[in-house]
Amino acid sequence: MDNQKLAVQIDDLTVAYNYKPVLWDIDLSVPEGVLMAIVGPNGAGKSTLIKTILGIIKPIAGSVSIYGKPYSKQRKMVAYVPQKGSVDWDFPTTALDVVMMGTYGSLGWIKRPGQKEKKIALESMEKVGMLAFKNRQISQLSGGQQQRVFLARALAQDAAIYLMDEPFQGVDATTEIAIINILKELRKAGKTVVVVHHDLQTVPEYFDWVTFLNVKKIATGPVKEIFNDDNLTKTYGINYKVAVNK
Amino acid sequence: MNIQEYFELVWTDYTLRTITLGTAVLGAICGMLGSFAVLRKQSLLGDAISHAALPGIALAFLITGTKDSGILLLGALVSGLVGTFWIRGITSKTHLKSDTALGLILSIFFGFGMLLLTFIQKQPNANQAGLDKYLFGQAATLVESDVQLMIIVTGISLFVMLLFWKEFKILLFDADYTKTLGFNTKFIDVLITFLIVLAIVLGLQTVGVVLMSAILLAPAAAARQWTNSLGTMVLLAAVFGAFSGVFGTAISASQNNLSTGPVIVLVAGTFVLFSFIFSPKRGLLFREIRFRKNRTNLKLMKTLQFMYVIAQDHENISHPHAIRILNNFQGYTKGSLKKLENEGWIATHGQQWAMTPKGFKQAEEMYNQKTVNE
Repeated sequence: MDNQKLAVQIDDLTVAYNYKPVLWDIDLSVPEGVLMAIVGPNGAGKSTLIKTILGIIKPIAGSVSIYGKPYSKQRKMVAYVPQKGSVDWDFPTTALDVVMMGTYGSLGWIKRPGQKEKKIALESMEKVGMLAFKNRQISQLSGGQQQRVFLARALAQDAAIYLMDEPFQGVDATTEIAIINILKELRKAGKTVVVVHHDLQTVPEYFDWVTFLNVKKIATGPVKEIFNDDNLTKTYGINYKVAVNK
Repeated sequence: MNIQEYFELVWTDYTLRTITLGTAVLGAICGMLGSFAVLRKQSLLGDAISHAALPGIALAFLITGTKDSGILLLGALVSGLVGTFWIRGITSKTHLKSDTALGLILSIFFGFGMLLLTFIQKQPNANQAGLDKYLFGQAATLVESDVQLMIIVTGISLFVMLLFWKEFKILLFDADYTKTLGFNTKFIDVLITFLIVLAIVLGLQTVGVVLMSAILLAPAAAARQWTNSLGTMVLLAAVFGAFSGVFGTAISASQNNLSTGPVIVLVAGTFVLFSFIFSPKRGLLFREIRFRKNRTNLKLMKTLQFMYVIAQDHENISHPHAIRILNNFQGYTKGSLKKLENEGWIATHGQQWAMTPKGFKQAEEMYNQKTVNE
């Protein structure tokens, strides 16, 4: 890990909503090619951290750089998978249309998506096993299928870094396995994947890197070295005992 | 004049033609842009904007002293935009929620507008009469230049909408994500809002401040019932809006000059009511029919399941049984037996029934969702 490039580097980041700090003086480096979980209790600022990296939320202080340059210059390298509940799934459109939105960034203003963009979108849908549902109205999709559509949309961006906000929330076991397999494939392809995650039991199984967050950064590093009761207790505030399968 | 005479006259009578064309174009642009307001869940914004436009009309008159509709609508546009940006300011800079901000701006601007109107009415200037037509609108005052303005603005809005279609669509669906793709979401947002304000201001003379939001929302709400595609929805809403304008004008002109604005709104409301009940996918009627059909289907499956349990005990699944043994079971009627036979799941001979291999398989796989669904 010594000579590894840093995919994401965060310095002195502080975010507050109405004077109440949500993230306090965060320094965080994410090495290239890791599959990293961000864990922490509700209100720890996990989603806020991701949204701040993406420029959706403006920090009070601090900076974010992607491969050594400011995020605003490296936008195309980063793909975002928002929480499923953040949009209205009754919007009049199809699954393919939503996935196609992943190509809008490289298209830029005004230009319409064409055959090339459609091909990219279809390939992404195939990767997540949703090709059969491409013409389905999005309100007719199950929660797990909606999550896969969001994942396919991010894949269509063909980014180097993927930031995902609770992609496992409210999906069944089959979908969870399908999603984690795609994430592991992304890592194999040299991509960096950062996931806001809630299920502590699956951290050692799914991820190789972990960040403990509770307003402040508690710890970050390889799962094998730092995923232990000590850090869990520091993060969640209660005496935590988790059977870590090594 | 009855409706038939109206439709004969509309081609020859200049005034009637102008008014009809005006209300049709107005309905179309409002339906088109109203779709965006509805999908952004900003339905009340239209109401607030139209009320906020009233003081602009009064001030424009006080400053210029003319009643030229172009100048008055320019005043309405400015004051509508000021209202809109104050609403945005209140929601982003304070803890107040958007419904509070909308309510505040709506009533404060409207109150101020009414105050100015009464002030103007007290003035000795003989020119002042008739400003209150902007409260409920008066289609009869539309002249050719008004309609020309409407057509130009509608044309420009259509052009802008088609140009930024992709950007509008993605912003409506997922604004945060749009931002991460590098689009200037503030610009798209302001552009959509500006077009909506423009459509509202355009309609003030015809429909008036109070009812304006209905003509913006009703065609869009009706259109949403019929389609799951954004493009079709916008198109349908424009068509519904245009028809509401034409029919509303026809009814008002043929029935002793009933006030046009309210009639247009009621016609648009009829479109909504009809759509809520009769649209095939989302309508109440077909939902009830589907519900009943499902229930009947379920009963049929229950009977089949019962037969399956009996047939399972025999080596030959098609071993005949007396119909009488079904008597204790509530899910069975002569009709349901007939239906089961039509599906080829059972065969009946006189007072006996026997399960077919097809029916056996169907019952066996009933709880396996995959095969039932596909």
